[in-house]
Amino acid sequence: MSDLAIRLRGVVKRYGAITAVDGLDLDVPEGTCVGLLGPNGAGKSTTMRLLTAQAIADEGELEVLGFRLPEESKAARAECGVTPQLDNLDTTLTVEQNLLVFAHLYRIGRADRREAIERALVMAKLTDRRDSRVDKLSGGMRRRLLIARALVHRPRLVLLDEPTVGLDPQVRQELWALIDALRSEGTTILMSTHYIEEAQRLADTVLIMSHGKAVASGSPAALVVEHAGHEVLEVYGPPARLAEVEAVAGASGLRTRRTGTSVSILGVEAGNGFKIDGERRPANLEDVFVLLTGEEIA
Amino acid sequence: MAVANPPRARRLGRLERPALTGVLVREVVNFSSYWKSSTFSSTVEPTIYLLAFGFGFGALVGRIGGYEYVEFVGTGTVATAVLFSSAFPAMFGTFVKYQFQRTYDAILAAPVDTEELVTAEALWIATRAGVYGCVPLLVAIVFGLDPAWGMLAVPLIAWIAGFGWACFGISVAGFSKSFENFNYVVSAVLTPLFLVAGTFFPLDTLPGWAQFLGNVNPLHHCVELVRHAAFGWEGWTDLARVAALVAFGLILWRIAIRAMARKLVD
Repeated sequence: MSDLAIRLRGVVKRYGAITAVDGLDLDVPEGTCVGLLGPNGAGKSTTMRLLTAQAIADEGELEVLGFRLPEESKAARAECGVTPQLDNLDTTLTVEQNLLVFAHLYRIGRADRREAIERALVMAKLTDRRDSRVDKLSGGMRRRLLIARALVHRPRLVLLDEPTVGLDPQVRQELWALIDALRSEGTTILMSTHYIEEAQRLADTVLIMSHGKAVASGSPAALVVEHAGHEVLEVYGPPARLAEVEAVAGASGLRTRRTGTSVSILGVEAGNGFKIDGERRPANLEDVFVLLTGEEIA
Repeated sequence: MAVANPPRARRLGRLERPALTGVLVREVVNFSSYWKSSTFSSTVEPTIYLLAFGFGFGALVGRIGGYEYVEFVGTGTVATAVLFSSAFPAMFGTFVKYQFQRTYDAILAAPVDTEELVTAEALWIATRAGVYGCVPLLVAIVFGLDPAWGMLAVPLIAWIAGFGWACFGISVAGFSKSFENFNYVVSAVLTPLFLVAGTFFPLDTLPGWAQFLGNVNPLHHCVELVRHAAFGWEGWTDLARVAALVAFGLILWRIAIRAMARKLVD
């Protein structure tokens, strides 16, 4: 039994005719890392904005760190750190000045300010770049600074909106290490992503979103077993052959998904006497994702 | 599962000092990276107006409304400097900060409300206008305007007027969907008000409608107050002008908050 850092019930957010979030329930227990996984346009960013009251829900209940939103959002925000999807650092300021500004915005007292900034510099591995202007930093450094800026006041809850979007794999792994370190310190994290691997590696619980709704949630491993079984048979061939394979698998009660040039037959370990040639591989979260959202991942 | 127990303060108040300070610190730190260019333009611009009008027109006009023309223009361009260092930076700066740099998204994710954000931004711009507004007066003194004790009130007058124009600029940015819309405001609102402010020529020779426009023009009240600060106060009339500037500031302040809340919180 643990406390909830975030609790959403039946949250709806509409923009004109578009319903961005459509009756979302979300629990984030304290001390865990929850990944919001979904294709572009699934409502992840809107959910993030709702949590800082930068968007106001049309329906439903929202609580963050025990504060009701939107009325008590400011008190909640004081204990949250937020990393936006789009970089909004002050580019003409130095690394240290950016952290100084946020040390003030997050109300760190004069006595603790110096130390908080040093700690953030260490965390972002930017101690020797403290006097560099932000527009002179590499993309990876900027992203690390963006995350460290959100941690300067030791928040209880960190909201990361697509923390590694648009970065090359090496930089992405650096950031994963940073987020993992944060997690092991016991900070609660809600992270949105459309990278399967990111969710699989970092999240204790994954919530798959599609069209503003939660379509599944659980630990990555449990989700895989529940929806895609243990093994997948991947069959390659021309389109006609693939359609034929889909029909055969369907007749045996197995679920399939297209993977560009192949068909993946899910949960083949259960299909007794199922004889088609192909490559066997373990089921993964991507299988679940595509099955549930009907969308390929870029 | 129980919900995390909330700490003492359930709800933080409005217009809190730490929030205002946070936004102001950001502006001050940023200012350290661009103060040279902004001080240059705020100093050179009124000097050019002063030289061009003061000596160009001054040679033709001689005395106006009982003043040497250089004195007339030197005091009048304080309001111009205030307008240029408040309304314009507020319009463009606000638009850039929410649209391109997304600075306001970052600030509003911290414990800062739109009301605090807008107020702090306006306070900062007003303070800059209070300082830059004095430049034409100093330039005019160099060119022969006699210093007077009353001039010590000029930074305050410039500050009050600057606050109003800053809020005006923020409101315009808040209501505009694109940069292009600023052209309408500059051509249809700011330029006419700039010309019927009594900066370069007195209003009492103008037709009635222009005089009316002058009397509802905050810029005109600013011009008159600065002139009276330099040449002698006019009692109740000046108090009424101060009241008009304060009212202008307060009304536009609330409008600016409304406009930005609409823009920043969806």
